[in-house]
Amino acid sequence: MATSAAAIEPKETTAAITVSYEHPWIVRLAHWLNAVALVVMIGSGLRIFRAFPSFGPKIPQEDLVHIPGQFTIGGWLGGALQWHFTFMWIFVGSGLMYVIYQLATGHWRQVLFMPRDIKGVWPMARHYFLFGPKPAVDAAYNPLQKLAYTSTIFFGVASTLTGLVLYKPAQFWWLAWPMGGFHFARIWHFAAMCGFVAFIPGHLIMVVLHGWNNFYSMVTGWKRDPEYLG
Amino acid sequence: MADDHPEERQRVGGSDPEQEPQAQRQAQSSEEQDSAQQEEVDAPLPSSGPAGEPIRIVSPIESKRMNRRELLKLVPVLAVGAFAISKFRQPLLDEGLHFSDWASGKLFGRHRLAQTFSNGDVVAFERFPYNFYDVADPGVDLEKWTLTVQGLVQRPGEYKLEQIQALPKIVQNTRHVCVEGWDVIGNFGGARASDFLRLIGADTSARFLETTCADGYYESIDMETMLHPQTLFCYEMYGKPLDRGHGAPLRLQMPTKLGYKQAKYLDSIRVTNVLQPDKRGYWEDQGYSWYGGL
Repeated sequence: MATSAAAIEPKETTAAITVSYEHPWIVRLAHWLNAVALVVMIGSGLRIFRAFPSFGPKIPQEDLVHIPGQFTIGGWLGGALQWHFTFMWIFVGSGLMYVIYQLATGHWRQVLFMPRDIKGVWPMARHYFLFGPKPAVDAAYNPLQKLAYTSTIFFGVASTLTGLVLYKPAQFWWLAWPMGGFHFARIWHFAAMCGFVAFIPGHLIMVVLHGWNNFYSMVTGWKRDPEYLG
Repeated sequence: MADDHPEERQRVGGSDPEQEPQAQRQAQSSEEQDSAQQEEVDAPLPSSGPAGEPIRIVSPIESKRMNRRELLKLVPVLAVGAFAISKFRQPLLDEGLHFSDWASGKLFGRHRLAQTFSNGDVVAFERFPYNFYDVADPGVDLEKWTLTVQGLVQRPGEYKLEQIQALPKIVQNTRHVCVEGWDVIGNFGGARASDFLRLIGADTSARFLETTCADGYYESIDMETMLHPQTLFCYEMYGKPLDRGHGAPLRLQMPTKLGYKQAKYLDSIRVTNVLQPDKRGYWEDQGYSWYGGL
């Protein structure tokens, strides 16, 4: 990173700017809609969980956790359900928009985590978290990024399907079967939320570490002085 | 790196006066080229990044213009920001809930049955929760009880429990799902609601059935659900007459609806096309989903 920063430095003083179009608008729109919806779905979901914070029977009821109200959205169960049942459309809609776009353009090949990426995960994690050497990456996304982004798609699909079973168990009882039944659907729904909660801090730390230009490219699509030109 | 792909750069006249001489090259800024560039993301060009993304060299002014244009495409995200404005929030959430209810109604199939269970899956009677909103026992006089039938029916009036019990009895093990997140599989017995609606000569093309209850609770159910074969006027649980905690002598039992829709201690029913605005249901009037369908 140090070498590329040095190479970029002179360009800052010139008038012409090198920019690259990193993120098509459909991807950016899907990303930001989904980001907002995800926060609402987690916050309202925690409020809903607070009404019965257990995965066991009603009698006898054994609460697993107490979720403080300030981490939740909706104020009460009914309010949280309104948020949840409104933003689920935005959450699923933006997710579908992204997945369909990636499939249609073939871009999924750049971001989908494949078995061949497994060996590259540890060196990348060592670089990021343990100050190890930076592995050479000649692809759009490094193996750790692929793992993280592919995981979010998995969590999204899992939370949608388990949510469908919880919302409409009489209509989709057959869909509960591969999940281990209706009760497990609720556990998996919660687990998928935990997956997102695990992803978000790592993602935000990376955004901060990679600086303003990188962040801004997710807003306007154009990235100033892309690092691979350094 | 920048010099590797000179074919992608073009000179344009009228350069910015603040520009330094070594930075005269600017990318063509016409709309046509801009959109063409964006569509070339698929096929890696010589002057593209590792993901095939187009690379251009532009003036700061052009860069700002490009950024602004791209920013406009994210306007729908700002629209979601309307939820942050307190004046719009509740109307928008009401619309969202209403849309979900509408979609739920579309999804519902009158002949699609909810799952039924074996006797071994049924929870013990002692572990079937008593759920009530105010009082566990409104003190219904079971001897004198009648069900008042009103609205769009050919034979309105007072109906005795024996008249309902004379209809074919349905016994089913189905899942009772509470909006809070818990559920129990119970054993329920009663008359098909559709049979009783036929008995009273109800107009089944009407849209709703309203109920009032001895404990002051009230509900309204869509006609589609009332005509579902698993929708019961329930007078038995676990082979015994409904006890006072579970809504004696008569309650609604619908495995295709959430628990709060299953009105207990039924007092009257009314077949209607128009719901009273503030009388859609006890919890619904406070913000729960009216459809409440499973």
